[in-house]
Amino acid sequence: MDVTIETGIPEGITADPMVPALFCVDRVKQETEDTFTVGLVPDEANTRFSYMPGQFNMLYVFGVGEVPISISGDPSVTSRLEHTTRRVGVVTTAMGQLRAGDMIGVRGPYGTHWPVTEEAGRDVLIVAGGIGLAPLRPVLYLLMAHREKYRKIVLLYGARSPEEILYKRELERWRGKFDLEVQVTVDRGSSAWRGNVGVVTPLVARAPFTPSNTIALLCGPEIMMRFAVNELQKRGVPADRTYLSLERNMKCAVGFCGHCQYGSMFVCKDGPVFRLDQIAWIFGKAEV
Amino acid sequence: MIHTLEPIIKEHPFFAQLPEKHLEFITGCAKNVQFPERQVIFREGDPANEFYFLREGLVAVELLVPSRGPTTVQTVAEGEILGWSWVSPPYRWHFGARTLQRTRALVFDAKCLRAKCEEDHDLGYEILSRFVGVISARLDATRLQLLDLYGRHD
Amino acid sequence: MARKAPVIGSLRSISPEQINVLIEGLSRRGYEVIAPTVRDGAIVYDRIFSAKELPQGYTDEQQAGKYQLKKREDAALFGYSVGPHAWKKFLFPSISCAWTAERVDGHFHIIAGEPDTTKRAFVGVRACELHALAIQDRVFLEGSYVDSAYKTRRQNVVIVAVNCTQAGGTCFCDSMGTGPRVSGGYDILLTEIPGAEEHFLLAESATPIGAEIMAELSTQAATREQIATAVDAVDHAASHMGRTLPTSGLKELLYRNVENPRWDALAERCLSCANCTLVCPTCFCSTIEDCTDLAGQRAERIRKWDSCFTTDFSYIHGGSVRATPRSKFRQWMMHKLAYWNDQFGSSGCTGCGRCITWCPVGIDITEEVRTIRDSEATASISL
Repeated sequence: MDVTIETGIPEGITADPMVPALFCVDRVKQETEDTFTVGLVPDEANTRFSYMPGQFNMLYVFGVGEVPISISGDPSVTSRLEHTTRRVGVVTTAMGQLRAGDMIGVRGPYGTHWPVTEEAGRDVLIVAGGIGLAPLRPVLYLLMAHREKYRKIVLLYGARSPEEILYKRELERWRGKFDLEVQVTVDRGSSAWRGNVGVVTPLVARAPFTPSNTIALLCGPEIMMRFAVNELQKRGVPADRTYLSLERNMKCAVGFCGHCQYGSMFVCKDGPVFRLDQIAWIFGKAEV
Repeated sequence: MIHTLEPIIKEHPFFAQLPEKHLEFITGCAKNVQFPERQVIFREGDPANEFYFLREGLVAVELLVPSRGPTTVQTVAEGEILGWSWVSPPYRWHFGARTLQRTRALVFDAKCLRAKCEEDHDLGYEILSRFVGVISARLDATRLQLLDLYGRHD
Repeated sequence: MARKAPVIGSLRSISPEQINVLIEGLSRRGYEVIAPTVRDGAIVYDRIFSAKELPQGYTDEQQAGKYQLKKREDAALFGYSVGPHAWKKFLFPSISCAWTAERVDGHFHIIAGEPDTTKRAFVGVRACELHALAIQDRVFLEGSYVDSAYKTRRQNVVIVAVNCTQAGGTCFCDSMGTGPRVSGGYDILLTEIPGAEEHFLLAESATPIGAEIMAELSTQAATREQIATAVDAVDHAASHMGRTLPTSGLKELLYRNVENPRWDALAERCLSCANCTLVCPTCFCSTIEDCTDLAGQRAERIRKWDSCFTTDFSYIHGGSVRATPRSKFRQWMMHKLAYWNDQFGSSGCTGCGRCITWCPVGIDITEEVRTIRDSEATASISL
């Protein structure tokens, strides 16, 4: 069997993809006890940074390390970036201790995005669990900015407890102002809590949307998404209109290090937003 | 009364595909009922002779925890079935239920239904298999709740 | 001595002594010559300064979990198969510094690494290894992002390839369509016939630099007999492979058998030692380590080889997605023989046999595929 080997090295990108751009912290906002949002502005004035909802950046804290964090801000604002993360390790803990004026390295934006601009005229169902609301907030901004293009927009959000609900004020504002149906549930209530108690899946079963004309966007712990997907399929939402954001270990975010592989897909470039029918064979399989 | 309730009952997925004669009987056991917010619907330990289909509103399923007071373990919302303690002895509520909002519901006379199910096992099967579905969904949700998926697990 | 004008593609015959002239020609042009050489009981790739350092008269005997150097009866310069090293270590080093950063007041700035512009000549590259280079080129150069350090090193490489005239004990390049005959990607191609009566090499160039270097050698036109002998020798290697791996429907076979119980049996043997990934010429996984000096003023980003067999490779949220040896071995094999096709348009395996030779417990990838194929056949019979 004869195989031709090409030795030509293609021209194109020459900038080193491993070198971060420098950004300046302008604010670290405590959202809940262990979750915070860091606001960044480019170190060089007049630099614009644009991204699509669902994409992420690699954020570098000097001498400590680099982690992938979803961009959680308003994509129409290109002069400033927001990232919401939990304190889960050395890098995120160090990041949470940064103050206005400190510098952070930024590489990105990377990955696939929530494809809502192509889905005008449909209902949009958003199912978020815990910190999973962070990569979905940019798509909410986008939808609110183009509200008239979509029919019903429904957000179903599960949090651990009432104290751990993210973006409370924003959700209330959107609910009031933009005809956004918001249903929040908590795993564990409090004495003052008068809302839903329980997981988010029963909310999926009864949310007001038209399954045959809906695009569903999900982000949260994989088990939560699995059960939510079951409910969506029971209601007849097609797998090619269901999108999930997945997470895997990432070191380089540019497809070189191999860590984020999920079957034949790289979460850093074929994801993190995946269409359900494309991952149906592997989603939910153990240890792949 | 029977004429206004039957379409509502028939439409709901819980009663879908129930044979006509059973549907008639069930409808006969049903009544409209309303509760203001913060109203106790039933108390833990009381005799369980009803079940509810919530048409509007939100109900907290609660347990009285010493030093914590009434603690909500789950909520049941519109379109859902509330209450299955009527199915098996000792026919007493395992939990309490209290409205969180103004709630409208259909209440079903379970004592009467129990007796009829004893007589007519076909009806019994139809009812019990539907309740198994409700209980299993509630159990799935409870197990997910127990996993504390949004908590830190290092 | 009259020198012929460089002619690309014409087949010349040279004596073994000309190899040293070739090496000197490369050195004079500023190339670090890297070639096979004997060290620590194996034939490895390292920098050499003369042809005397080549493993003349050596061969290797390879089987699952076994590698042994032996003396030959002739004086062949290239009479062996591939050893534990792959050429990837010179283009994609096992440790490298991506950049350094310095803290200045509240700020820091990043100093990009100096590009490695060293000119390197790889002498003794086999057909399977040329395919491996092309496969890694696809990973590092042909995606949405380009590994600029790899690109610089790769652009400064001259390749002197060698056709294999004997197959190794664990070789199966014929099954993978990657050899033993070299079909492109070189500057100079040699075929050695270490005959008792006449020890010669056929040589041809494919590029201007190859022709330029060959013009400095003493060469003759290759005779019909010499050419026929060389062709036969390579054909002989092709039909005497140590292993076979039927590749038809292989990707689909593995996708169908993700949950095959055979993976459990494998797990009992696999030590997760990562040898296979270290010796594999196409494995490309790496990890990034960010570190700082004690004063916290200077930081470095280090890139190191990594392996899907390490415990933390798939670590996320307090645990690893693939924690068991079973899942890790399955990942390695399925990536190499199935996922790779979907990712890069070819198999990730070049049939070089290194993973079989260097596995301490002798796990044989061709045997594992056979068992999975057979388990499907058995299943359909028992229905």
